[in-house]
Amino acid sequence: MSLIVQVIARLLAGMLFLFGTYVVLHGHLTPGGGFAGGVLIAAAFILMSLAFGSVEQTERNSYTLSSVVESLGGVLFVSLALAGYLAGVFFFQNASVYGTGTPLKLISGGIILPANIAIGIKVGAGLFAMFLALGASRFVMKD
Amino acid sequence: MIELYVLLAAMLAAAVAAIEIKDLLAAAVALGIVGFSISIMFILLQAPDLAIVQIVVETLTVVFFAAVILRTTNSDTTLAGGLKRELVLPAVIYVTFGIVFLILMGRVMAELPRFGSPTMLVAREYIALGLERTGAANVVAAIILDFRGYDTLGEGTVLFTAVVGVLTIMRRAGRKERNREARS
Amino acid sequence: MIAMFACMVLLLVGLYAVVIKRNIIRIIIGFSLVEYAVNLFFALVGFKHNGIPPIITDVAQSRSNFVDPVPQALVLTAIVIGLATTALMLALAMRIYEKYRTFDVTEIRRLKG
Repeated sequence: MSLIVQVIARLLAGMLFLFGTYVVLHGHLTPGGGFAGGVLIAAAFILMSLAFGSVEQTERNSYTLSSVVESLGGVLFVSLALAGYLAGVFFFQNASVYGTGTPLKLISGGIILPANIAIGIKVGAGLFAMFLALGASRFVMKD
Repeated sequence: MIELYVLLAAMLAAAVAAIEIKDLLAAAVALGIVGFSISIMFILLQAPDLAIVQIVVETLTVVFFAAVILRTTNSDTTLAGGLKRELVLPAVIYVTFGIVFLILMGRVMAELPRFGSPTMLVAREYIALGLERTGAANVVAAIILDFRGYDTLGEGTVLFTAVVGVLTIMRRAGRKERNREARS
Repeated sequence: MIAMFACMVLLLVGLYAVVIKRNIIRIIIGFSLVEYAVNLFFALVGFKHNGIPPIITDVAQSRSNFVDPVPQALVLTAIVIGLATTALMLALAMRIYEKYRTFDVTEIRRLKG
């Protein structure tokens, strides 16, 4: 890609990633949450891989890394749900280390904050892996 | 709510354009127009969560479509020729279904509560108990992660299955081809 | 009421693309339109005149004017699932093109096997 696109992409990808993390972390206070923030994080990675060089070059390492990170996000979400067992109550009960906390602050909402982080990781890595599979596999030739 | 109806008209026009335009890339862009007008409608319907998710998902949808179209072919070669003989039966079935569907939807909409005054039987409890039971200020986040957490767990499973499906379909070589390559 | 009716018309437009069109990419666009119509219908059901978004900004504020948050919670995950299934269909379409070199459904049916 040309130089202008590369310079702008470097700035924008950093801001997109920061904004996506903000939306994920404040999911219980402002609109947004894990899904919107996860898709924004995936968009930041896609922008970097589109602007810098061919998509085929980033294929092999990023492929396995993103699918592993996505599975880790899923495992984190299920283990948070199993944390209800450790606290002695039902599966998926809202039982976290700090309880419900003070409302309208960042540390509040029980298990909602870690669950948002897990969903953000899962959705972001999964969508980036899907984009790499669609855009970088070495099969289809143009006619 | 005049803006709502203007956006609905734009959405329908873009939808008809998306399925009739000859160039496939332009059809993907028209699909993007449909998605963005729906996200503005979500803002007018006082649903900011949905608007954020719809905008970013729509952008990624257009990017995925463009990635596939640019790697294969750009033009639609099936629009030549008129109504073929094998399309008569699906067309008749579709028209019949459309008429029956619209009649039934008319009856259903007479039974639903009027547009603009929903009967919030379940939501009243969630709104009243939301802050003190979960501690979250966003009632929608409290619903999807605490009151109805199983649905989010199911959604995680569906997303995981879709990602595994895409990675499997676009894999480099299956086991048989790898054995054949290793043997030769 | 007109808004819900327009939603159903959008669903029928998408269904027309799925049933009658012959290009695979147009069929996938039709599926996408059907999903958008269903999500929009849910959000329309939960709307309240002169309502405010269901976010608590002050503990002592009156919450009697919130729009219905339950349909919004149902649609939130459905939007992301729609993206995932569209990507799955696009992957299948790309594989079909690689094998048959065309997107036309009638020709694929003729060349099968």
